[in-house]
Amino acid sequence: MMVPRRTSMTATTSPGLATGSNLIVLDPTAGKVAESVERAPRLTSLDGKVVGLLDISKPRGDKFLDRLEERLTERGASVLRFAKPTFTKPAPVDLRHEIATSCDAVIEALAD
Amino acid sequence: MNHDSTPPALPDGLVAIVKRDCPTCELVAPVLGAISAAVPLRVYSQDDPTFPHEVADVIDDTALSMSWHHDIETVPTLLRISEGIETGRIVGWSRRQWQDFCGLDDLGPDLPEMRPGCGSLSVDPTYADALAVRFTGSRMQSRRIELAQLEDEIEAGFDRGWSDGLPVVPPTEARVLRMLDGTSRSPGDVVAIIPPNLNEATVEQVAINAVMAGCKPEYLPVVLTAVEAACSSAFNMHGLLATTYFSGPVIVVNGAITGRIGMNSGGNALGQGNRANLTIGRALQLVVRNLGGGRPGEVDMSALGSPGKLAFCFAERETDSPFGPLASDGGVADGADALTLFAGQGPTPIIDQLSRTPESLVRSFAAVLRSVGHPKLAHGFDALLIVCPEHGRILREAGWDKDRLRSELSDLLMMDTDPLVRGVDGIDEGLPSRLAGKRLPKFRDGGLLIAHAGGDAGMFSAVLTGWVGGHMGSDPVTAVIEPWR
Repeated sequence: MMVPRRTSMTATTSPGLATGSNLIVLDPTAGKVAESVERAPRLTSLDGKVVGLLDISKPRGDKFLDRLEERLTERGASVLRFAKPTFTKPAPVDLRHEIATSCDAVIEALAD
Repeated sequence: MNHDSTPPALPDGLVAIVKRDCPTCELVAPVLGAISAAVPLRVYSQDDPTFPHEVADVIDDTALSMSWHHDIETVPTLLRISEGIETGRIVGWSRRQWQDFCGLDDLGPDLPEMRPGCGSLSVDPTYADALAVRFTGSRMQSRRIELAQLEDEIEAGFDRGWSDGLPVVPPTEARVLRMLDGTSRSPGDVVAIIPPNLNEATVEQVAINAVMAGCKPEYLPVVLTAVEAACSSAFNMHGLLATTYFSGPVIVVNGAITGRIGMNSGGNALGQGNRANLTIGRALQLVVRNLGGGRPGEVDMSALGSPGKLAFCFAERETDSPFGPLASDGGVADGADALTLFAGQGPTPIIDQLSRTPESLVRSFAAVLRSVGHPKLAHGFDALLIVCPEHGRILREAGWDKDRLRSELSDLLMMDTDPLVRGVDGIDEGLPSRLAGKRLPKFRDGGLLIAHAGGDAGMFSAVLTGWVGGHMGSDPVTAVIEPWR
């Protein structure tokens, strides 16, 4: 059936239509609370650890990471280098998995 | 509010629906008494269960459930029910009709021959919203949020973080139900997975945000299509939201729907003043904010932003365009209702009040297009050229279509890289030195879109400068707008 349209908000005057007077609205959000994930334990030493360096593929991020690699290697860590295909998209799941399974820690570079 | 979506069953035999506040019902009250004495008849009263006193056991329909569910539009209405199914219906008073319908003679001998009825309370505009919510509100699954008596309903939208900085229309059950009238899709259908939080968004949830944006129900098919297209992997809404750059989704709409819903493709098409343009664009951004969780300062890291990130949507001016519709370039048939999403911002003006030939005009276009992003950068960033009608006329009269214009622009937008290398002209920004000694196109293949819009007067075209184009960033996405039913 066609329901005639009206702009005011509530109609409560019909004998059968009395309603609560507080305005009810519908939740416009997804109604979900972000899941909190516990961080991995912090490393107490870099000695003998594998540190991943993730280049997000912004210009000159490699320069920043080259320097980090030097400093980390001096301190006894071994370094693995990774790169996202593009900085505009999240890292692909396979890349994230590879980093998680091959490194003790990861540093993501946001250089420009 | 409690919802009651179950239609009440009707008793077999004759059924009459009346209200006391109807002179025709008052007139036929004795007739109803005579009929009930002769054949099975149940009478439903919409406003007073003691009316008509001539009939025993009048059924109380002051909740209007029977009247609403059985589409009663006029009182009195007479129905014939057989095994629970309606097999006949007459409205108002007509002696001949009533006698035939009831199989009785001499009904209301003192009454006039005929008299029209009155409007049923179930279609009274005063109650329509409340009835729709009562009887169909259970279609909507979203959580109900009760505002406090002392809360201002507009402030409540700000306080709960639902606003883009402007007031939002409170999404009451009645308003969302009316919005859902704009689509034949089921409220529970999933439209898209909304970044950045990757939440599913249903038709109903998009409708809620469309209400808040100020949309009319007839805009909803455009909003649904825009949401779906924005969340495609090709368009990459996630990256577009997260970038430190200016860009946001720009919606260009083609087809007859633009006229039907009153979109603006003419004067001030990119500006203020048109409800459809602004609220459709706004609805998409509110969906990203409220359903995707994309908020400035959080995942949205734009350094400066752009006013277009509130809403950026317009219609292409197809009537006197020298070009085919933009959507055709995206693979949609000419004339189809469709939209194209472009990751961009702007406008950047192209002033050319002196050119009278396409050869001159296209050079002006190219000069401004070369500066998109930075005059020393090439091949990274897309652009949408909007040709205004006075410029379009020059092209049309010279017989230049879009292919011709694009081909001429391609030639003019080939750039020698030596002056563009980093450091040249005392500017550190520019192309890497390994690209010296080459010629490069300003835009990647497919990275320059062309459309026609604007008012009759003014030799001012525009460039909407874009974001990183292609698989490295965002590809323009064209999608057909589904008919609403």
